[in-house]
Amino acid sequence: MLPLADTGYVEATWVMVVKSLVIFGVIFAILPLMTVLERKLIGRFQHRYGPNRVGPYGILQPLADVGKLLGKEPFRPANAIPTLFILGPLLPVLSGVLALAIIPWGDVQDGVGLYGIDVPIGILYFFAVGSIAFYGLVLGGWASGSKYSFLGAMRSAAQLISYEVSMGLALLGAIMMAGSLSLVDIVHAQGEIWFIVPQAVGFLIFMLAGFAESNRAPFDLVEADAELVQGFMTEYGGMRFGSFLLVEYMEILVVSGIAAAIFLGGWMGPGPSFLDPVWMLAKMLALVLVFIWVRATLPRLRYDQLMSLGWKVLLPLATLNVLVTAVLVVVT
Amino acid sequence: MSEFPYLKDQDVVEVQRGPEPGGARGAYRAFGETLRGLKTTMARLVEGPLTIQYPEEKTPVYPRFRGRHKLHKFEDTGLEKCVGCSLCAAACPADCIRVVAAENIPGDRVSAGERYAAVYEINLSRCIFCGYCEIACPFDAITMGHDYEMADYDRADLIFTKEMLLAEPIERTPLRREGE
Repeated sequence: MLPLADTGYVEATWVMVVKSLVIFGVIFAILPLMTVLERKLIGRFQHRYGPNRVGPYGILQPLADVGKLLGKEPFRPANAIPTLFILGPLLPVLSGVLALAIIPWGDVQDGVGLYGIDVPIGILYFFAVGSIAFYGLVLGGWASGSKYSFLGAMRSAAQLISYEVSMGLALLGAIMMAGSLSLVDIVHAQGEIWFIVPQAVGFLIFMLAGFAESNRAPFDLVEADAELVQGFMTEYGGMRFGSFLLVEYMEILVVSGIAAAIFLGGWMGPGPSFLDPVWMLAKMLALVLVFIWVRATLPRLRYDQLMSLGWKVLLPLATLNVLVTAVLVVVT
Repeated sequence: MSEFPYLKDQDVVEVQRGPEPGGARGAYRAFGETLRGLKTTMARLVEGPLTIQYPEEKTPVYPRFRGRHKLHKFEDTGLEKCVGCSLCAAACPADCIRVVAAENIPGDRVSAGERYAAVYEINLSRCIFCGYCEIACPFDAITMGHDYEMADYDRADLIFTKEMLLAEPIERTPLRREGE
């Protein structure tokens, strides 16, 4: 058993509470803006404007969307399993919010660490919590009592096993170079050079797996609107559907945050130290833009193509990356 | 060339193929093509939107655009050009024009001819905007205008009477200049 001090729980309770509230508030202010940003950018990618009617530059569009979703009936199909059906959208939200806790927004300043928690098992925590989201998808899809939902749920299960391994291996290189699993320590280890340079392969694999983790194009076959009518979400309506959508964006933010912390030097940037969270946010948003750019570009991969990409390309590449890094770390 | 006896020699062109999918070359190709795709979409972003914000912005119509009909009067005398001959109604393939003619009273003339249209109605919910009425008219009394924003809440409101057709339409449509 570790003493409590070792796990980073050294701050006063009220500091922790305030930190959580601030992180929660900021993230939930960014999420709706991200939906507008995505819709506007996708529009620009297609020579259109995107939403521009609600409020100045369409900035109030998410408000209108949420208003509409809240006004919908919380419908449940007759042959659905009630408790699991309701649990479906809750688990992903839980997992997304939990994963936000470990994103490092800055170093310890005036005795307060600018992060939710600095868990010494940082990345393992991210994987553990991130995988809970898939229980939500599978449960929700299965409990809907609809074949489309069921197909979507099965696809998400198959997708999970084909990218999760490579995702872990992709980060292993950076972990070995930093010698720690804690995200704060990993950011500290990037003082000389950001890990994106020595770990470019790992970064690419992590981002690819991140697209799959957040069910985004080109790996959105779980919710394939054209063939599966939104997959596991088919039977959901109103704000339950809305929370699935919310989770998608939250996972984009989480994956961007983890990638920014591990590969892009986290909060490091020029300027005084109070700008650290701003730098972190800027790096995260840059990665979010990449997510949107890729969505505007690539078509959806087929089920078997995702499998063969995950197992035949990403996994060997990630393993090779780990091996080479291990040798180099030992040698130098 | 025995394989394709129906083709002349010069018509047979060798098909250019990319590297086979799969393997290292296939993976490299997929990666390169992905980058090319990303470049393509980014170029579209740089070009900017082409959308016309319709209710605020309108594409100008061509001078010969066939929109809502207009009935005309003589500029000098103010008499109606229509003499109620019903040729437009006869020409109309959609059968949407109704003309009822009446004799002009010498002291109180309505049109320049012997008779005038006492009732002139066009059912615009039936009209196909073919312009045959314009061609059939011997006095150029009816022409096609440029107005195309005629949506309404009631079908009955789409039956345009003579007064509505004679009135100067609210010009809401920009016109394309010569050669534009």
